[in-house]
Formats: sequence, C-alpha cells, structure tokens
Amino acid sequence: MESNKKKIMVTGAAGALAQKVINRLKRDYKVIAVDFRTKIDLGIPVESYKVDFNKRIFEDVFRDHQFDGVIHLGRISASESNRFTRYNANVMGTKKLLDLCKKYNVPRVLVLSTYFVYGASPFNPSLLDEKTPIKAADLTMDLVDSVELDNLANIYMYKYPELNITILRPCNVAGPGVKNTFSKLLASRAAPVLWGFSPLMQFIHIDDMRDAICLAFEKNVSGLYNVAPADYIGFQDAVRQSNCRFVQIPSIPLALTETISKLMKWETLPPFLLNFYRYPVIIDGSLFSNTFGFKPKKSLEDIFNYYKEVK
Amino acid sequence: MFNKVTDLLRESLRSKELDKYLELFPNNMGSSGYDPWGFNIKGIENTFYLGKLLYENFFRVEAYGLENIPKEGRVLIVPNHSGQLPLDGVLTGYALLTNPYAPRIPKAMVEKFFPTVPFVGNWLNSVGSVVGDPYNCEKLLEKEEAILVFPEGVRGSGKLFKDRYKLQRFGNGFMHLAMKHDTPIVPVGIVGCEESIISFADIKPLAKFLGVPYFPLALPIILPTKVYIHFGKPLHFENDIYNEREVKTRVNIIKDEIKQLIELGLSKRKSIF
Repeated sequence: MESNKKKIMVTGAAGALAQKVINRLKRDYKVIAVDFRTKIDLGIPVESYKVDFNKRIFEDVFRDHQFDGVIHLGRISASESNRFTRYNANVMGTKKLLDLCKKYNVPRVLVLSTYFVYGASPFNPSLLDEKTPIKAADLTMDLVDSVELDNLANIYMYKYPELNITILRPCNVAGPGVKNTFSKLLASRAAPVLWGFSPLMQFIHIDDMRDAICLAFEKNVSGLYNVAPADYIGFQDAVRQSNCRFVQIPSIPLALTETISKLMKWETLPPFLLNFYRYPVIIDGSLFSNTFGFKPKKSLEDIFNYYKEVK
Repeated sequence: MFNKVTDLLRESLRSKELDKYLELFPNNMGSSGYDPWGFNIKGIENTFYLGKLLYENFFRVEAYGLENIPKEGRVLIVPNHSGQLPLDGVLTGYALLTNPYAPRIPKAMVEKFFPTVPFVGNWLNSVGSVVGDPYNCEKLLEKEEAILVFPEGVRGSGKLFKDRYKLQRFGNGFMHLAMKHDTPIVPVGIVGCEESIISFADIKPLAKFLGVPYFPLALPIILPTKVYIHFGKPLHFENDIYNEREVKTRVNIIKDEIKQLIELGLSKRKSIF
C-alpha cells in the first residue's frame, strides 16, 4: 500500500508551514522532507534529510527517489543569515533544485514566493494582480533574493512547461509557529510602529496557507498566483487587536528611522522592511480563489485572537 | 487609556446626522471595516463633523445641480482644482455624501506624494482618497464607485492667486478611463476655494528640498470665503477614437463645461465672503 503512493519532496521541513503541509499530505503521499538547516524528525513514515541544495550530494536525494512532485517552501530568512549566504541558498539553491526537477522528470513543482516581491512603494495602487511589475529589488537590496527566486521560478515555468510549476505569492502568513517578521511582531508584547503610519495589510492563517498549498499542488494548474483573503486591516489596528503595546518610532526624517532600526537591531523592525511599515501592499487574490475554489476558513479575528492568547 | 479617550471623543463628536447617510450604503467592507484602499467607516465618522463645520459654517457652501449625480453606478466627477490644500475635494466630497437626491461616498484620486506624509496619508485613505493611479481608478470603476478626479493635478492646486479661475492644462487620463469603462463624466465648477488660501509665489527650491510638489509663499490663514459648487449634466463619450488629438478635443469639451459652470458661480457671487 505504502509503495503505491506517489512520492513527493517538501523543502523547508524545519518550518512550521512545511510541517503542516507534510502532516496534511503524508496520508496520501510518500513524503520526503528536506531542509538545509537541520534534520527534522517527523516520525514514520516521513523520511528526512538535512542537505545543502548547492552540494552535489543533493542530487542523491533525486537519484534515490523518483519524485512525482516537489513542494519548495524552504527559504533562509533575512534574520537567519547575511545577504550573500541568502542569495546562494535561496536563489542558487532553487536553481539547482529546479534543474534537478528537470533532469529527473518531476512532473509537478510548487514554489512558495512572497508578496514582498511587489515592494512597498508609496505609489502602489491597491489590489496588485500577478501582472504588476515587481519592484522590491529597486527599493531594497535585501529583498533581491526573494525577487530573483520568484523570477527564476517564472522563467522555469515558461521554459519547461512539463514541470507544471505553480508559484504562490502569499500575503503575510500568520498563526502558531510562524516565525516571519510580522508574526514575531504580533506575538511580541511591545510592537514597533512608525509614527503616523498604519498601512493597510492582509493576513492569512497558517492553516489556510497549508490548505492553499495542498489545493494548488493537487489540482495542478500551472501559473503564478497571489494568495490573500479579500479582507484588510490597518497595521496599527492589527497590533492593537493582538494586544501589543505600541512602541512609537519617529517616522521622519527617513534617515532617523533607519538609524534607529539599525541600532536597535530588532527582529520586528528590520531596516529593509521599513517601507512595509509605511505603505500598503494590497494584493488581489481573486485569480487563485477563482481557479482553485479557495476560501480561507480563519478570519482576521481568529488570527489576532491567537496572538492575544499567547501573551 | 489613550484609546479610551479617543473613543470617547469620537463618540461625542459623532453626528447622528451621519447615521442616516451611512445606512444607505451597502456594507461591502472587510471584517475590520476597511475596503482595499483603506477607506473605513471610522474615518468618515471622525471627519464628518469637521466637514460639516467647514461646509456649513466656515465656507457656507451653496451646491447646485446635485440631481445630476447618478444614484448608482460608476461615474467620474471632474471639478476645477485650486487652493493649495485639497479643501475643494473635502467640500465636493461632503456635498456628494449629503446629496439629498442620491448620497454617494466618492473616492478621490490624490497626488502620489500624500501617502508619504505621516498621518495625512492614512487619514486621506480612511475618508476615501486613493493614490492617483489609472490602475486604482479602473478597479474602482469596475466596482461601480463614484470617483472624484482633478485633471489639473498639482498644476491646479498649487497655482498662484494671480492665476485664479484660469484653468490649467488637463491631463487626458480621465477621458481615456471614461471611454474605456463606459463611464459618464459630471463636470463641476467650484468658486470660492481659489481665494481661500492666497499664494503669491511657489518657492520651488524649498519644494524640491522637501520633496513636495510646491511650496507656496502664502498668507498663513485660510480665509472664510463663500463657496459655490455647480454640478453639470453627465456627459457620455463612446470608446471610438484612436489618437490623442481627438482625446484632447473631448477633454477640452469637459474643460469648456467647467469654465461655464465657474462663470455661473462667479455670476451668483455678490462678494468673496
């Protein structure tokens, strides 16, 4: 029975989202969990590897298993490493992964990107769709790896249609176990906010994001999709509803804000994300919702209640 | 504590009059009361009282032709622009919100520089302003919204006292959007705002240094001028032309309509105050 199951690789297995995806899919698939940071024990029947995508040994994972699909969620975040290491791991590592998918005829690939690639510009219109040019690299060099990863996945999607690549650009993923910047911020007791700025934001619960990934992977409609609920909240309202105390940071002049951010070295106010604390980046998730029949189950209230309760 | 004080202040300033207008609008906002452009009912509640004071007591606005505003569906409302601050937008917006024939909450297209200003950017969004980008306008028209557009842009709002009531160059963008999205245009002539803040010069180097579109050398007061707003009849344009010269001709039709509505306002006014 076990041997009849399709075999899939899930990268980023140390992360909360990947573990939720693995737990959801392990009943129907033989899941091979991979992470370049640590070997994760996910119990039987999930086989687990710690491997650097840029090392030759990574190919052995493909040699040992004939994959029917790859779900690429692994990413080194800005708080974990410097720009150079991140570029190597996230961009060059993804290229290696996609090349191996091509070489070993993997028929289905899903790549997780991020809405950060659109960049937080004061000139952004609302409801950015997938055709909107991505500007993050123009605004901050620290998001270059995210933009390049997204571009790379798009190039492979068009160049090798047989890989059936689906790229997802979610809004802020939040909820239990999520360790991205805004999740850490909402979980903290004191949250930095920029004086006079409360940009509109979107949040998706980690369980809904897991469902979106599994749905997209199983339905197999290749393409690029924003993933976000049609629900919005001002940043300061989100902070308030999560029961965080406000730490007001001067917002002008810009150089002062940047200096404070660099000196304080808060994980919850990284200098390269400052514009996301100022300007809204609202994405249009309707293409994904309509294509896959996706509707998030958890509300904004559910998300903020979680952060309220963990304090 | 701070939140409790602001909530108390908000409740005491909340106009009962506003409720009757808000009841007329479908509740198509998200679970936290926001639409995708940052508009929220709280923003209108916080600002309505100030708008009422400005409209009824300070500028004593007389509005005519409000019956020309379509009761529902997409529409572009296109006034002349002046006054250094967007007071003309606030007054026109208030007139549309309290229109006895068909109250609408308009979305105003504003300068791209506003989102960079602390408090102001968020406040403008909360009362219905959106960044002046054609993409925003298209999405709003698809949602059948009423949109307030000032085709003169900063050329109008930043003009000097000596240039009052001289319409500046109109951009063509609004006409393209009207034709493409089968949207009626309501021209509007505003009289009175051009004298509310008197600017003698634009200090361009200072404006450049501060990153703002203009920096007026102006009297540091807002004068309580009497304001007349004339809404014209809606005009429709087919999407049947293919070059910018013809678009400009149609833009000039709107410009001429606005000129006539301004003349009408000027002929009604006995005194600036």
